[in-house]
Amino acid sequence: MVYWKSVSDFLEMGGYGLYVWTSFIITALCMVWELLALWRRRVAALAESRGITRSLG
Amino acid sequence: MNQPGLWEALRGIVWRDLLLAMRRRSDVAISVLFLVIVASLFPLGVGPEPAVLRTIAAGVLWVAALLACLLSLGRVFTADYLDGVLEQMLLIPQPLPVLVTGKVFAHWVVSGLPIVLLSPLLGLQFGLEGEALGTLILSLLLGTPTLSMIGSIGAALVLGVRGSGLLVALLVLPLYVPVLIFGAGAVTSSMAGVGGEANLSLLGACLVLSLFFAPWATAAALRIALE
Amino acid sequence: MKINWSKYSAPLAFYPLAGKMIPWFGTVAALTIAVGLYIGLLVAPTDFQQGEAYRIIFVHVPAAWMSMFLYVVMAGWAAVGLGLNARLSFMMTQAIAPTGAMFTFLALVTGAMWGKPTWGAWWVWDARLTSELILLFQYAGVMLLRTSIDDQRRADRASGVCALVGVVNIPIIYFSVQWWNTLHQGASVSMTAAPKMATIMLTGMLLMTFGFWMYSLAVILSRVRCVILERESLQLWSKPSSVAEAVEVR
Repeated sequence: MVYWKSVSDFLEMGGYGLYVWTSFIITALCMVWELLALWRRRVAALAESRGITRSLG
Repeated sequence: MNQPGLWEALRGIVWRDLLLAMRRRSDVAISVLFLVIVASLFPLGVGPEPAVLRTIAAGVLWVAALLACLLSLGRVFTADYLDGVLEQMLLIPQPLPVLVTGKVFAHWVVSGLPIVLLSPLLGLQFGLEGEALGTLILSLLLGTPTLSMIGSIGAALVLGVRGSGLLVALLVLPLYVPVLIFGAGAVTSSMAGVGGEANLSLLGACLVLSLFFAPWATAAALRIALE
Repeated sequence: MKINWSKYSAPLAFYPLAGKMIPWFGTVAALTIAVGLYIGLLVAPTDFQQGEAYRIIFVHVPAAWMSMFLYVVMAGWAAVGLGLNARLSFMMTQAIAPTGAMFTFLALVTGAMWGKPTWGAWWVWDARLTSELILLFQYAGVMLLRTSIDDQRRADRASGVCALVGVVNIPIIYFSVQWWNTLHQGASVSMTAAPKMATIMLTGMLLMTFGFWMYSLAVILSRVRCVILERESLQLWSKPSSVAEAVEVR
């Protein structure tokens, strides 16, 4: 089922490993970064709105 | 009171804007001078070989014209926005897109037409001759009104916004790309002996398209800016 | 069951609904992307013309598709917002833009990664690449216009007009660059000569695309919740049920 014969074959990607893995890693990093940024934005927004309600008493 | 017709209102706006521009001639001179300076910088940077200059001429002159148009966009609405005339204009019973077309036309006469008139001189600087020079003038004649029409959308969107000068460049330059491609393409292909007709007709199509759609978008943007 | 859609067009009503949908979309996204990666990286055979470098398309093509799709969706919400004067539509526009810009950026970067080994150049002035670059500028323009305008209502509407104008521009750019490339024969690279794709490769690519789509939905919905919180916290916290829900999710 799996196409590759060995792990090192898989990592090497027929000599194109650098290009292939960079692409996939950059994509993954961007998505993780977006999720993190979103999480932080949510925490900040929640804190902010809680502050507003508290100040209203 | 007798209401002025559509045509009279249009003529009135064009006339008023031209008169105002004539009172501030230095503004016009600055953008023309800018064009000349930018175009003159390229030979100094690239080197004086006539063959090289001729190959980059179309692109350089068109990009310089693009930037000069961009530089003048701030003048389309800003003064009227600041002294409140624009708000009055929204109340005029005549349709706003028509009035916008008048303003943009006046703006083109003041800032686009000088570029067209100056272009043969700049073309000669870059070693363009004969048919190529004619195509350059014609392409600018068809292209600069399109640039003004498209630019007015951006100018209306950033009206009164902080940092509007740079913002309008970011908004408008992507929209200028097709005009640049067809305009410079017309000159290049006429230099290659293919004839620039195809590109020129595409430029004409861009002009018609922008004449049709840009006034509405600009009018919508003006209403948004002033509500 | 009849759902009253108009009820959810109010941001406050949409807030809890979006909260309920996010985990579903997120789970589906994670699963599909995992299967897509398994097929794309492990199962799919090599491509005889391009070698293993072709595997980049498993992220490149979905990212490029999403970047264009999201722009159209964003402009669609802007049109709805301008036409119906609906706040939630503009919030959707605001929430979609960053994800769309990210996918555009990814499409450009992975395209360069694919171009270097395949064409021998990081960048060519091909119609697709150029349109994608301009698309990135347009995303940036829409987002920057919004942040530069202080008045919320004007920011919404101005960036909406900006997005709508841009949607006309992209096809024109695509065709003009294609036209331009036929003029400059020397520099043109034939990208359309892609060989017929094996079913397994196509499956992997479609799975990845679907996964990216679901990811976008989850991310956009949670961003729209942030936007609602930021803009309407007063109303939100005056509704006890929403407060409970917001705290619980956190």
